[in-house]
Amino acid sequence: MSKRIEVKDLNVYYGKFKAVEDVSLTIEPRTVTAFIGPSGCGKSTFLRTLNRMHEVIPGASVQGEVLIDGKNLYDADVDPVMVRRQVGMVFQRPNPFPTMSIKDNVLAGVKLNNGKISKSDADHLVEKSLKGANLWKEVRDRLDLPGSGLSGGQQQRLCIARAIAVSPEVILMDEPCSALDPISTLAIEDLIEELKAKYTIVIVTHNMQQASRVSDKTAFFNIAGTGEPGKLIEFDDTTTIFENPHVQATEDYISGRFG
Amino acid sequence: MSALVVPAPTSARQLSKPTLWLTAGVSAFVAFGVFGVLMAAGISEGFNIVAAVFASAILFVLLSYVMSRIVEGRRKAADRLATGLVTTAFIVALLPLISLIWTALVNGLPRFDALFFSSSMRNVVGEGGGGLHAIIGTLEITLAATIISVPIGIMTAIYLVEYGKGRLAKAITFFVDVMTGIPSIVAGLFAFALFAIFFGPGIRFGIGGAVALSILMIPVVVRSTEEMLKLVPNELREASYALGVPKWLTIVKIVIPTAIGGIITGVMLSISRIIGETAPLLIIVGMSTSMNYNLFSDRMATLPVFVYTQYASQGSDAQAYIDRAWTGALVLILIVMALNLIARLVSKLLAPKGLR
Repeated sequence: MSKRIEVKDLNVYYGKFKAVEDVSLTIEPRTVTAFIGPSGCGKSTFLRTLNRMHEVIPGASVQGEVLIDGKNLYDADVDPVMVRRQVGMVFQRPNPFPTMSIKDNVLAGVKLNNGKISKSDADHLVEKSLKGANLWKEVRDRLDLPGSGLSGGQQQRLCIARAIAVSPEVILMDEPCSALDPISTLAIEDLIEELKAKYTIVIVTHNMQQASRVSDKTAFFNIAGTGEPGKLIEFDDTTTIFENPHVQATEDYISGRFG
Repeated sequence: MSALVVPAPTSARQLSKPTLWLTAGVSAFVAFGVFGVLMAAGISEGFNIVAAVFASAILFVLLSYVMSRIVEGRRKAADRLATGLVTTAFIVALLPLISLIWTALVNGLPRFDALFFSSSMRNVVGEGGGGLHAIIGTLEITLAATIISVPIGIMTAIYLVEYGKGRLAKAITFFVDVMTGIPSIVAGLFAFALFAIFFGPGIRFGIGGAVALSILMIPVVVRSTEEMLKLVPNELREASYALGVPKWLTIVKIVIPTAIGGIITGVMLSISRIIGETAPLLIIVGMSTSMNYNLFSDRMATLPVFVYTQYASQGSDAQAYIDRAWTGALVLILIVMALNLIARLVSKLLAPKGLR
């Protein structure tokens, strides 16, 4: 169900400004890959190119190839909407739909896309997704209340439940814990560990301990200076990156000498 | 002795509530007294209550400033002065409104009876008669104008916020702003000229009025809807895109439901804006003394024009005409008030719980 992502010579632009330069890497199925690096180095921008969310921003464009199981996402005949159904995303700030109940939030992707789903199927999917996101026990008796009434950590897990309800192949997480307290962060990290069994997960994080805790592979991005494009400096097993990095900049960053 | 001097706690001396109430009482007494004397001396005709309230407010602000300056010190006094000035400005803004509603009530109530709401002016000279035909006309024409303007206005706003970029969007925004400033008489003349092309000169019918009013209404709907759509956080749109929901569905199912409360309020306000228009209706709809339910043929009566004609061409029993005019104005105010209340209720009911 999960898929391999291959990125080849990818350049990302905002208008004329080149934000990310020449990234090539391969993400294996059923692994967790963490992107780390200083602010503005283009890791979130790069993440968003993996499900074509990047082009939602006016003027943004991409050069190069992103292959998911050999199929280039940026081929002319690929519909970005179909890409996003395969590659789900969880954002930095929890963003449940304020007009919808908890249940409808989970069902949002399914209901908005093809409209009809039988009640028993819907109930089943809600339970499965919320259990998948470790939220079922906390919300099962208030499924019809608005999702915005939950705590920040619960909202974020609701967003994860919403993302896995459309059964994607890959889940992208853009600093999913940066707005959360340590307890909620722990809950999300445990969840990532469980989700790994089924999905390919890519996570952007500013928290290096988090990267070392949850990920199998780590990619370090860096930026030469303001106005320069961000680059992929090193991509390797997480243990290698944190214990025995090959590039000096990586070591400087993870040992806290800059950043 | 320690070198550190602990600053004294803020001055314990404060003006107490009773003192302030007393000051307010004294100010009111003096102001009302002065105006009472003026009236008694025959300098002013009758007791000018508006001026008296205003003078009391000013006097109270000045008195409390001086007292506070003496007792509480400069900072507190400045605070009181600023609070007082802001409050007085609010009262100044409110006085004409209250006065207007009061006048409309006093003059409008005598004919605010069953007869007014059950009869037209057909074959009425002098006493009796009513404004039912005008109420129906106003409601029909306003409803038609709303049906024309709301879809156009909302769709324009959606285009501007969600799709529009570059010159076209800028041009539309510019012309919408220009349209907001079109004098209503020009809208009336436009509709008249437009329909004269098709139906010959001298055409008068309700739908023409609706078209003229929608020219005034569309820019207001566009503007308010645009603001509401801009308030919808971009994160919600992105969340929806990330679920693989196409853009148009995102707009219909996520963006509009999130903003619906504000959009409805905007629409209701734009209705209030046009329901009292007189000039365009005078030109393209004309006036009638009889009931006309049909928007598409013949002249119709509308409340604003009803008020105008009752007042402008008084018959043999002038007072009866003036009374009907006031009652017409009162009914118009009440309709606008009711619309605003409904708008508030609806937007409260529909507003998403998390956002407000």
